[in-house]
Amino acid sequence: MATDTQTVEQVINEALVSFGAEPGDITPTATLEALNIDSLDLAELSQIVEERFGVELTSSDVTEIATVGDAVALVASRA
Amino acid sequence: MVRPVLSSARPSEGCAVVTGASRGIGAACARALAADGWPVVVNYRRDRAAAEQVAAGIAAEGGRAVAIQGDVCDAATARELLSAGAEQLGPVLALVNNAGVTADALALSLTDEQWDSVISTNLTAAFRLIRPALRQMIRHRFGRVVNVASVVGPAANPGQANYAASKAGLIGLTRTVAAEVARSGVTVNAVAPGFIATDLTEGVSRRLLERVPAQRPGSPEEVAHCVAFLASDKAAYVTGTTLYVDGGLSA
Repeated sequence: MATDTQTVEQVINEALVSFGAEPGDITPTATLEALNIDSLDLAELSQIVEERFGVELTSSDVTEIATVGDAVALVASRA
Repeated sequence: MVRPVLSSARPSEGCAVVTGASRGIGAACARALAADGWPVVVNYRRDRAAAEQVAAGIAAEGGRAVAIQGDVCDAATARELLSAGAEQLGPVLALVNNAGVTADALALSLTDEQWDSVISTNLTAAFRLIRPALRQMIRHRFGRVVNVASVVGPAANPGQANYAASKAGLIGLTRTVAAEVARSGVTVNAVAPGFIATDLTEGVSRRLLERVPAQRPGSPEEVAHCVAFLASDKAAYVTGTTLYVDGGLSA
């Protein structure tokens, strides 16, 4: 099943907001660090994308993610 | 970033899973949690009649409970137990890792099988249940994990190297997982029962009682009250700790 990048972006952005990130700060180039997204948030984000898109992110995948755009691209490429 | 302020109140939905709940401390925990309003999964390995009796007793008091079979040593059981519990009673927001076994021998003659069986049931199974349970708990921003450890582990008990290692391991697991998830509204604690009158301690030397300042064995209910407290809203700021329920044995 093809999932478009826009849907992935929307799901990830919603998750980041639920973790407490300011919606206005979330851009493709924003780093997760700048958004104060920590490792526990990323573990939760991994579950969300697994449930939503069937994409399994390993802990080493997650360490490769620096920006919001990285996260969207990685998930979209596997969805 | 300002993280959303978490309410410490238990969500209206959600159930508690108690492993090894057909008798002893586990059965008492299931009853105590039900009395606090938790729908309860009464997990058991072998004694179906006893587990169903615990569940029926809870129902008779106006609570909700289901008995679900599953050997926690089996890796698939953890997932199945949690999904079956969630399906029947709502998301698992409290987990009491109580199932425990002993296989005593001096370390000199302790077999690999005795070592493995005790570590597997008492420690590995707890982790395998905690992992999927945390997923549900973190998503709900509320969760309570209570691991039933023991005074043995932090303290020596010749003949129980395997049991002591498993219970000390549980306490270590408790502390680290507690720190990992603390900001999600999920608490992880342990209770450390001393000499409690159950089937497991039947035959334990009465001489041990001489070392208990309270000069009597504890009851499963006395442990269960502490577990229910740690699972309650009132204990929202208690995490990573071990509550000794031992009549002063460790004092």
